[in-house]
Amino acid sequence: MSSNAITIPDAQTDARPWVDQLHQWLATVDHKRLGILYIVSALLFLAVGGVEALIIRIQLMHSHNNFVSPEVFNQMFTMHGTTMIFFVAMPILFGFANYLVPLMIGARDMAFPRLNAFSFWLSFLGGLLLYFSFFGGSGLYGAGSAPDVGWWSYAPLGARAFSPGHSSDYWTLALLVSGFGSIGTAINIIATILCLRCPGMKISRMPLLVWMNLVMAGMVLIAITPLSAAQIMLLIDRYLGGHFFDTQAGGSAVLWMHFFWIFGHPEVYVLIIPCFAFMSEIIPVFSRKPIFGYPVMVAATVCIAFVSMSVWAHHMFTIGMNSYANSFFTLTTMAVGVPTGIKIFNWIGTMWGGRIQFKTPMLFSIGFLFQFLIAGLTGIMMAASPFDWQLSLSYFVVAHFHYVIVGGILFALFAAFYYWYPKITGRMLSERLGKWHFWLFLIGFHLTFDVMHIPGLLGMPRRIYTYEPGRGWDNLNFIITVGAFIQALAILVFLANLVISYFKGARIGNDPWDAWTLEWSISSPPPAYNFATVPTVASRRPLWDLKHPEDPDSRYE
Amino acid sequence: MSARRTRSVLSRYWQIVLPPFWSTSALWAVGTHGTPNNGTNIFSPASTPAKSIADLSILVLVITGIIFVVVFALLFYSLVKFRMRAIDAGREPAQVYGSTQIELAWTIIPILIVVVLFLATARVIHAVDDAPEPAAALDVIAIGHQYWWEFRYPKLGIVTANELHVPVSNPDHPTPTFLQLLSADTDHSFWVPELAGKTDLIPNHPNRMWMDPQRTGVFLGQCAQYCGTQHAKMLLRVSVDGSEDFAAWVRAQQRPAVEGGGAIAGRRAFERNACINCHAVAGTPADGRFGPDLTHLMSRATIAAGAAENTHQNLRLWIQNPSAIKPGSLMPAMKLSDADLDAVVSYMETLH
Repeated sequence: MSSNAITIPDAQTDARPWVDQLHQWLATVDHKRLGILYIVSALLFLAVGGVEALIIRIQLMHSHNNFVSPEVFNQMFTMHGTTMIFFVAMPILFGFANYLVPLMIGARDMAFPRLNAFSFWLSFLGGLLLYFSFFGGSGLYGAGSAPDVGWWSYAPLGARAFSPGHSSDYWTLALLVSGFGSIGTAINIIATILCLRCPGMKISRMPLLVWMNLVMAGMVLIAITPLSAAQIMLLIDRYLGGHFFDTQAGGSAVLWMHFFWIFGHPEVYVLIIPCFAFMSEIIPVFSRKPIFGYPVMVAATVCIAFVSMSVWAHHMFTIGMNSYANSFFTLTTMAVGVPTGIKIFNWIGTMWGGRIQFKTPMLFSIGFLFQFLIAGLTGIMMAASPFDWQLSLSYFVVAHFHYVIVGGILFALFAAFYYWYPKITGRMLSERLGKWHFWLFLIGFHLTFDVMHIPGLLGMPRRIYTYEPGRGWDNLNFIITVGAFIQALAILVFLANLVISYFKGARIGNDPWDAWTLEWSISSPPPAYNFATVPTVASRRPLWDLKHPEDPDSRYE
Repeated sequence: MSARRTRSVLSRYWQIVLPPFWSTSALWAVGTHGTPNNGTNIFSPASTPAKSIADLSILVLVITGIIFVVVFALLFYSLVKFRMRAIDAGREPAQVYGSTQIELAWTIIPILIVVVLFLATARVIHAVDDAPEPAAALDVIAIGHQYWWEFRYPKLGIVTANELHVPVSNPDHPTPTFLQLLSADTDHSFWVPELAGKTDLIPNHPNRMWMDPQRTGVFLGQCAQYCGTQHAKMLLRVSVDGSEDFAAWVRAQQRPAVEGGGAIAGRRAFERNACINCHAVAGTPADGRFGPDLTHLMSRATIAAGAAENTHQNLRLWIQNPSAIKPGSLMPAMKLSDADLDAVVSYMETLH
């Protein structure tokens, strides 16, 4: 557990000229720097994707609005979805995994540092390729630039007959390239966790964050590969005369849907499981208790991973499957609710009997619990396939998955930012700005996404650039747009907090939250080599053992 | 029995809760021909598939609502009860690691709930998906095109577009309508919320859906699956007619277009230009199939798949410059001279 520093001449970079520093960032293979690169690049794309969302919301503010043309609107929702999933959510979670997993298992780096750097730059290149389409592509109806076929690019809309030019190709290549990056990172995370744990860290003693990232990485391997295969098939269709998805030549549109959702549904869990991981670290620390039911949490995670591989066609209830297929996917989808519910109960069980401290990371965690509960319940509604025949492809679905992605994933990410920022930078994020950020975002979120369920129930389909007056959708859409701007304001407060606190935040020691996992045993920010001496652990909470030698966890495990 | 009563009470409850949102659409509707007198509210079903879905959704909403209340109460209670107080400073609470009994309880209870929900759902899936087609059913082929709907009545020899006419169905002598769903290009989805759940129209993948509307009127809907630039204005209306009205409509549609004397110049212009490459008018050389059949254009309340009302002004604007109404529509601006334009519009207005 020793954390005495080693003096390495090159480790002190502050005094070097900025060109050298930049070069060090670009050529780095250090898992912490790559983690930060992932996170910062994802924040840039978050800003871009957020602006796209605001353009969508302004256009839909009232019926028959003319803020943007239909072509631009279609590009906006395509780019917003693609950006947020592939170039914000995945990279930012990979960033945290990169940064935290080696620290939490007492390792000095990832298993394959250069693969790690290669994966990051592939994923970043993917994002650049996607946005280069604004200059290099052309789309439906000769629409200048970016892809406008939706983030699913359903066949045959993505075929050359309907999507001429190159905008769809940039979309395909962006996903293909970043997909290889994701696969590289997944292999790296798995190898790191399996091979580089410090002495004493049995697999049953790993922090839940590490466990869940292991499961996430396994799912990435299974989920991303069919997507990459489908993208290659699409390229063959478009340029080599293939007919996989070419319905005019006997190809199958439904085949594409299967490929896409065999990726697409596990992808949801690829994104949410690392957020479960944040919750499973943060809630115990701010409740001052160990996680309730550690083995059950692990089992539930693995169970979700398996069951979520068999639910993909619930995205396809409207494509005219027979009653047996509809029933099967209804059952599997509802079944996922069981292990997910167990997790929620275990987090409440962790808080039960604790001493809950309402610091900003905990506020966002509570927001996560509340919203994820609702998102899960609306998920159950859509699992009932007949109900989904009404709800699917409507604004209800849009509200549901934003409840998962914003209300769940983004809230968990904010919790993670406030919790680990002091470790990464050595300075605390401002609690005052943090509370402003939390309450503004909470109000904006609920204004937007609570209300958004209702137009779906009233028959408003998604992906329409305008709608008819007199359907009862106008006022609701106006409220949704107001909420979106409040969320944007909250994000500005957050970004300001990140920047201001980097220069002016209170300097803290190794362990501001009185936490229990290994990353808090070393200095903030951690030295390049992480641990001067590789630590040895005897329980799931090594720092608890250190702080409470009279009553260590190791006695009970 | 009592369960059924609870459900109908609840469905009335929904109709009380939701009116602020849908009454706006119901208020201005007066029920004249071609004017919609129904909204697009999934909780206001007028046909068996939509009704069984609405009933199921009430059940699902009640169960999920109870789960929400219970879990939220637990969460809220633990937040209030176990918040850090000043007196606790510096002391750690009892370190509890878990409990097998509690874990078992919150595993088994959700499993039981899933079983109940699944069985209730499977019943509705079977009832809607596997409904047999009675002999009295009306067959319609619906074909999705980029941004409009083609409706063909194979047994009646009728072809029309965008406004589907079906007979009202008496529960004692049901005359449901069975739609075969096809697509000419990309994926579309047929969604008229008050009549049935949506089903996609997918090229090379024929689908089927049915409805048995129990009340007359015009029901609104639109394409629900993103199909390209003008997905938003691929609107849809279903006119549910009383049996005599429907029979009269069928007879009118089966007649060739009535052509007035003053439209000869317009007809010539129509046939001389490229219009007939895409449009058909029965009984004339115009037999294109790429665009909507115009034989009885004037019997329709809207043009451009519901994007505009079928008025003289709109028709003229549409033929002159389709992008003014529906940018991205596949109908080209034909650049007709003003004289030709007026003549073609006059010709269209004779197609009753």
